[in-house]
Amino acid sequence: MASTTASAAEAPQREGNPRAKGSLYRGDLGMWSWVAHRITGVLTFFFLFVHVLDTALVRVSPEAYDTVIETYKSPIMILFELGLLAAVLFHAFNGIRVMLVDFWANGPKYQKPMLWTVLVLWLVLIVPAAISMLTRAVTELFGGH
Amino acid sequence: MTTIDAPLSVDKPRSPHRPAARRSNFELYSWLFMRLSGVLLLFLVLGHMLIMLFLDGGVHRINFAFVAGRWASPFWQFWDLTMLWLAGLHGGNGLRTVINDYSRKDATRFWLKMLLYVSVLLTVGLGTFVLFTFDPNIG
Repeated sequence: MASTTASAAEAPQREGNPRAKGSLYRGDLGMWSWVAHRITGVLTFFFLFVHVLDTALVRVSPEAYDTVIETYKSPIMILFELGLLAAVLFHAFNGIRVMLVDFWANGPKYQKPMLWTVLVLWLVLIVPAAISMLTRAVTELFGGH
Repeated sequence: MTTIDAPLSVDKPRSPHRPAARRSNFELYSWLFMRLSGVLLLFLVLGHMLIMLFLDGGVHRINFAFVAGRWASPFWQFWDLTMLWLAGLHGGNGLRTVINDYSRKDATRFWLKMLLYVSVLLTVGLGTFVLFTFDPNIG
């Protein structure tokens, strides 16, 4: 589905009445959710690559692993981890939306309200997550061991 | 309307030149795999991130001893192995789709995909090796 939903094949016929029936996907919000799904997926894949390599250091020595893991605890890396969580959360929730569009009879009809649901759910989780992670980063930076 | 270059054009569905039996079901299965693995990864990855980033001090409590403690349990070994394989294949297949969509030259497409397959093989293979040969007393 991913590579076909934003297809340009039907665009010329629709130019006459853009957005009139609410079925337009290309150029509309639905297309941007598809773009965001790709970007968050690719970013997560690159992190996975790095993350397997850093975890593999447990096979080298405890010191090597601890040294590298220590970098994940610096405030800048906490911001990076927050970004990773933001990407993964969007990809996960939008992935459910994609499945509902594909498998649920009313899915295509409700793709836009479902996208709003994804974004609200994402916001509801990422805000407390950000507060929790940033608070701990600051606490560790100033009073931590 | 002007015609566009071959890589960007697609046969009309009932075009007589289109060979009837040239397609395999691979893309159908990969499409289905993305959805099935996605459902499982949703729980595996969000669970993993909840534990590693939020519970009991989050990322600040992670070190070699913490990993050794977790992998003493077959449950977490199995969790991590499943997550590694599904994430590697799900992400690899996703990137394969992205490469197929955006590379214009056949040579570029070929080499990008080779690079992708080697990195997926390397990460999933290395991760599996580490999980099966982990020694908590290595130090």
